Amino acid sequence: MKNILHYILLLALGMLGWSCEKDNYEPPSSQLTGQLLYQGTPLQLQHDRVSYELYQDGFGKRGPISSTFTTEGAFSHLLFNGLYKMVVPVGQGPFVWSGSDQGDTLLITVNGNTEMDIEVTPYWMVRNSQFSASGGNVTGTFGLEQIITDANARTIENATLYVSKTIFASSENNIAIGTIEGGAITDMNSISLSATVPELVPAQSYVFARIGVKIAGIEDMIFSPVQKIDL
Amino acid sequence: MKKIYYTVLVLFLSFGWACQSDDDFLDRPPTQVLTTEQAFSDPAQVLSILANLYSRQYHVYRLNDWRTFGDFNEAFYAHTQDAANLFHTNNTWDFRGVDLGNNVFTWTTWDYTYIRELNLFLERIEPSPLTEDLKTRYAAEARFLRAAYYLELAQLYGGVPIILEPQEYDFSGDPTYLQVPRSTEAGIYDFVIQEAEALKSLLPVDADSKSRATAGAALAMKARAAIYAASIAKYNNAVTPSVSLPGNEIGIPASRAEEYYNTALTAAQEIINGTAGAYSLYMKNPTNLSENFAAIFYDKSANPEVIWANDYLLKYRTHYFTGANQPRYGAEEEEGGALNPTLNLVQEFELLDNTFAPLATVDTDGNPIYYENQSDIFANRDARLAGTVILPGSTFKSRPVDIWAGYQLADGSIITGTDRGDQRILPGQTVEQQVVGFDGPVAGAVQNAQMGFYLRKYVDPAIGSGQRGIQSEVWKIRYRYADILLIAAEAAFELGQPDVAAGYMNQVRERAGFTVPLTGADITFDRIVHERRVEFAFEGLYFMDLKRFRLAHRVFDGVTMDLTGLRADIGEATNRSTMPWGLWPYRIYNPGSENDGKWIYKEILPNQATAADNWQLGNYYSKISDEILSNNPKLVRQPLQ
Repeated sequence: MKNILHYILLLALGMLGWSCEKDNYEPPSSQLTGQLLYQGTPLQLQHDRVSYELYQDGFGKRGPISSTFTTEGAFSHLLFNGLYKMVVPVGQGPFVWSGSDQGDTLLITVNGNTEMDIEVTPYWMVRNSQFSASGGNVTGTFGLEQIITDANARTIENATLYVSKTIFASSENNIAIGTIEGGAITDMNSISLSATVPELVPAQSYVFARIGVKIAGIEDMIFSPVQKIDL
Repeated sequence: MKKIYYTVLVLFLSFGWACQSDDDFLDRPPTQVLTTEQAFSDPAQVLSILANLYSRQYHVYRLNDWRTFGDFNEAFYAHTQDAANLFHTNNTWDFRGVDLGNNVFTWTTWDYTYIRELNLFLERIEPSPLTEDLKTRYAAEARFLRAAYYLELAQLYGGVPIILEPQEYDFSGDPTYLQVPRSTEAGIYDFVIQEAEALKSLLPVDADSKSRATAGAALAMKARAAIYAASIAKYNNAVTPSVSLPGNEIGIPASRAEEYYNTALTAAQEIINGTAGAYSLYMKNPTNLSENFAAIFYDKSANPEVIWANDYLLKYRTHYFTGANQPRYGAEEEEGGALNPTLNLVQEFELLDNTFAPLATVDTDGNPIYYENQSDIFANRDARLAGTVILPGSTFKSRPVDIWAGYQLADGSIITGTDRGDQRILPGQTVEQQVVGFDGPVAGAVQNAQMGFYLRKYVDPAIGSGQRGIQSEVWKIRYRYADILLIAAEAAFELGQPDVAAGYMNQVRERAGFTVPLTGADITFDRIVHERRVEFAFEGLYFMDLKRFRLAHRVFDGVTMDLTGLRADIGEATNRSTMPWGLWPYRIYNPGSENDGKWIYKEILPNQATAADNWQLGNYYSKISDEILSNNPKLVRQPLQ
């Protein structure tokens, strides 16, 4: 009897010792990072809005890792080494995906930490944005540069100054906005918008401001860099 | 020798008998399971299978899950703090709708098991020995349910795989022959229209049959499918051309709009002309039009308005919608008030002179208006308001609701409590007295009239309906006559016949108490959208209208709503409704003044409502999950997601 117990104990210990080694995979450890750029300038986007998908073929069912670009157009993933395909679904993003010759698909080979900046062509860029605050008003001045001017050119629907309590200033997170319709813009190089900051609860001595530009026929907006302003 | 003889004998006997009796012994008819032949040999059996298929019909708004009823800021979720957070602190919707837990989302269904079982039913009833009449009717009902489900799928997903036979897998290791690609969006609506057209002559003409499919229900389904297809053809191309797929799985060519509008108008007129049975607007109580309107939804005896309903029956199939939403004070259980209709919806109900106006809380100089009675502020409005919403100063189950937020003193300060019916000592008094209604509103507390209103539509006035042990048998109306009239009005308007449209719309408005009929010149797109919003509030049609008119991204544009924004643009189709506003009554405490004891009202934005809703173009069609997509590589993904 005692012998049997000993064997069982031994067997159990052996299983414990081995099973860990056998069952567990190494966690993914290769970091894939990158950013959407236009001529070296990062594209500014809305938080959690412009989505992309990563696919890896050859492992049974095919489903994407779906995610969204950060407000600075960056992305990062911890992955296993291998060949991945990156896709920005049709209609996403205020830019034309000119990343590769594979149509809308960009092939990425991940081998160790990989950095992959992607050059895309936005329809428009917000240039020289400057923000100031005085007397409870936030004023933003900026210029708009049309990048795509060929047959695919698109007009500006409107441009909006978003003032927010957090850096995620956008149509979703704002406490005050100032808007100008695209048709009302006379000088694309110098546009000025202002918004009145309401009383902040709880009180806060600073706000964040950002210019967002809605391009006709494109849902996702392109933004200026966000700036913190002391009131 | 004898030994051998016996051995042989025994062997023979055992072989000969054993085989035979083994067969008999093992091959017995099961006593607990009916074979397919048995199940389809008896009319009552077939009917019970059909009843199961009826009970599984799907609709986005389901009475057995009250949470499906209140989205889009038509109601505030006052049930729990979690419910309020779920619906009012997120700016955007998931592409599958709101997460109700257990992998259920408000806008998803992909029940091809149900479709397969409908197809199996159709296949198995074919060789059954039932009479031809019965077989035709049962088969027609199953086809109706299948088309109705495909219509629901079409409204949520656009084109989906149309599967009309029970598929069998041959275990060859290659399932590709079972994978069906998505139809075009026009294709699935065409299928439903075609089925409905065929079914209207196969199903009985019987306006008294509400829970089973009839010729009227088939025509109503046809009208609805056609009007949806028509408006998508027209408005998708005009407003959101980017919401489309190259294979037209999403998107209907604009050139087909007129054809669909004609189909819708014809189908609706067939019902209106009475060829499918005698349907009419419910008008049993012409002296109290609000009560009359509320009764459409709970009166199940000879209700001429209902064409098809998802029926419930006490003791057998009940739901707790009334229990969840009943006025809290004196309720049959210590719960209720889960959904509070918002001011956004309440103020959309017109004045009886056909004009729009916000509820008058202040005069032109900004001073509060004092009302003698609590209900005076709602006077001279559309009778459907009090039929849809339980207003302060009204009653439910013969008991007055007690909705008021506190006392306002002469200096403008407020005295109120922290719980329903709290007591405080008022200035100049010595005894505590009640300072807030037993029905609330109490800010931050759950299950009371936090918006100042309770829901009335679909809430059952029967005794016991609010008790967990009894519950309610109120039905969920799928198609009703007013819907047919407004479909006819919309189709006629879009086909350039505004006078015809006004005629149909006025019938619905007359029932709501409007005495001045609209003329053809009054009928606009905004009018059509608005009429549907107030007539069909909390019936699931507002959600579909927001989608098919491509209004949702303009109504929910993510811009916060202040008081000025709330009062502006009432009656317009694109009126912003990104945050839920409420209306709280206060009583004036100012002894000696003429205003003492009078009522004032204040608009409030609940502090749980932190988000301004923002509809993304990708929300127009529900997401097909990655699991489904990877099981069938022929399915294309939805656009803009």
